[in-house]
Amino acid sequence: MNLIIKSGRIIDPSIDRDEVADLYVVNGQISATAPTGEFETIDASRYIVTPGLIDLHVHLREPGQSNKETIETGTRAAAAGGFTSVICMPNTEPPADNPSTIAWIADRACESALVNVFPTGAITKGLKGEEMAPIGSMVQAGIIAITDDGHCVQNHEVMRRAVEYARMFDLAVMDHCQDYNMVGSGVMHEGYWSTALGLAGWPRIAEEIIVARNILLAELCDTRIHCQHLTSGGSVRFLRDARARGIPVTAEICPHHIALTDERIATFDTNYKMNPPLRAQKDVDQLIEGVADGTITVLASDHAPHAYFEKEIEFDQAPFGILGLETELGLFLTILVHGTKAIDIKRLITMYTVNPATLVRLPKGTLNPGADGDITIIDPDLEWTFRNDESFSRSRNTPFDGWELKGRAVRTIVGGKTVWSL
Amino acid sequence: MNTAKPETSLPDNGQWHRKDLVGIRELEPGEIKMILDTAAAFKTVGSRDIKKVPALRGKTLINFFVEPSTRTRISFELAAFRLSADVVNISATTSSLQKGETLKDTALNLQALHADIIVLRHSSAGAPKFLAERLVASVVNAGDGAHEHPTQALLDAFTIREQVGRIEGLRVAIVGDILFSRVARSNIWTLKKLGAEVTLVGPSTLVPRTFEEMGVEVVRRIDDVLESADVINLLRIQHERQRKEYFPNLNEYTRFFGLTKARAAKLKPNCLIMHPGPINRGIEIDGEIADGPQSVILDQVTNGLAVRMAVLYLCNTAARKV
Repeated sequence: MNLIIKSGRIIDPSIDRDEVADLYVVNGQISATAPTGEFETIDASRYIVTPGLIDLHVHLREPGQSNKETIETGTRAAAAGGFTSVICMPNTEPPADNPSTIAWIADRACESALVNVFPTGAITKGLKGEEMAPIGSMVQAGIIAITDDGHCVQNHEVMRRAVEYARMFDLAVMDHCQDYNMVGSGVMHEGYWSTALGLAGWPRIAEEIIVARNILLAELCDTRIHCQHLTSGGSVRFLRDARARGIPVTAEICPHHIALTDERIATFDTNYKMNPPLRAQKDVDQLIEGVADGTITVLASDHAPHAYFEKEIEFDQAPFGILGLETELGLFLTILVHGTKAIDIKRLITMYTVNPATLVRLPKGTLNPGADGDITIIDPDLEWTFRNDESFSRSRNTPFDGWELKGRAVRTIVGGKTVWSL
Repeated sequence: MNTAKPETSLPDNGQWHRKDLVGIRELEPGEIKMILDTAAAFKTVGSRDIKKVPALRGKTLINFFVEPSTRTRISFELAAFRLSADVVNISATTSSLQKGETLKDTALNLQALHADIIVLRHSSAGAPKFLAERLVASVVNAGDGAHEHPTQALLDAFTIREQVGRIEGLRVAIVGDILFSRVARSNIWTLKKLGAEVTLVGPSTLVPRTFEEMGVEVVRRIDDVLESADVINLLRIQHERQRKEYFPNLNEYTRFFGLTKARAAKLKPNCLIMHPGPINRGIEIDGEIADGPQSVILDQVTNGLAVRMAVLYLCNTAARKV
């Protein structure tokens, strides 16, 4: 596991490094000096060399839903997307709300994962939003954050106590922001298209009201709260103000929420059904603005596999969610860096490395000597077409089949070992 | 073409190329007119001694009603009989949906039994479109969730055209629970495409302003439309479990939006009073007004047969061409 990655443009936002140089890996770790003895040489002269990318929001579906995805297939997809670490969500069957399930996931990852897997634990038992899960014991078992993702703690008192408790472990609380009463049976953004199509609407305010709640709780408890998969322009406005006041609140966006709008649902194609829903162009613009001005600090996929037959039903009855790991880097590069030019590639890498690593206190996302040899090599200008039938995921639920993208990871290295290359 | 005798020469299907009718939103005005013209030709069949033409002889039509319905199902059934098709009715309780079979699998099984036309009533918006894209058989939407009820809107348009002679330029008010109404949506698309001015009337919770983006006017007082309307279409108002947070009770609804005798007196004498049925006498419409001279509620029902004959005939002939 000795490497010399030659002549790449090394971008490492963690130490503000951006230069063309050779990068060394010795015994699986980043090294300041070249390896002696046997080593592999990788020519990166046309590429960008970055700390291995981290996806903060992934559903690997194990335990319990291996018909959709397994830790093995999900991490293969992650590797193919350029990710060396994934943070997996606890809405499995059974939910990851106890130390044994966390230990099981860690064990399974040891056996079968191609990239690093970091589990999150549930905030509440059974993701029911009622009783606090054994957060401390799960920390000992290896969780790096808590979240009820897929669900949202509705009771503000329950949420307050969990946030307060998490502080003792310096644990970030991540939240899927959704007020159940206001969403009701909603299956798509409430607006012109839900009106025209007669589908139950899911208003922006159902997200914003929980984002506002989380800002208040982050301030009250002085604890990091991370708002997952933002969709509403109004949420961005709340967060911008809160962050300006120094409140420890952060947010992520997913590529589909800026690549697509609710109009797509006129096809009733269930690959456009996600939670939270696709919104209007106005929201897309405001989300991109939030990325540009630093309000939104993390990019993630919300990779949510579902078996073909599960999605091949009536729109309002279909499960929410789409795949993301293999398309997210290409989509974000295409839209944020090449298209709107909202950010440059250095900022994009920051949002995929040092920012998520700092949030959940992972010793990842850096190419400092001594760090794990997790490296992603990116061709930012490679024009390619995503083909669903070439995906490594167990599932095929993506609306991006056939999309032409610009920019792609060409090699993914975990602990000095190449786990995927184009 | 509307004077052709269906016994000997069936109506010309001209430029109709759709094997399915899933909604009005995607239709061109010319396509809507073609259905109405074809329906006019078929209407004469119903008043004959022998109420049958051979247009769909040897064809199999399946009335697949996942959501219960009496009037629409019977109307489609009679329309199919008059076209000489063989008809089978199935409902959610008699189908394998109850055993957990998916809609798609049930429909593929019906197609494997050589069904030519599937008429689908379903509680999920988009279900007919979903099937239409996956079946060789024709799919006709008999109402999908709050999305569309195209044949209802077509029979409403047919009735207006028959009574007034035109649709373009007319002022049509649609009153009631628009938010949850597939009839309202299909009517809005049909009437707008045919050049009418549409005004929606109802409580702010059931008629959100978002509807204005569909090219209609939204008002909150029924009295604002009484004197100007050429047609007033009263939707059935329901106060079921999911509506309780939308308005307090039926009494208050009638107080603000019901077509009472006093309100009906302000209507133009030739204003048509319509209702897709089933009516709640004394709630959205006064009982006597429903039976009065301006009411065309039963004409709508009769015309539904001709319109559905036209739709089945056109979709089937287009399917044959494929």
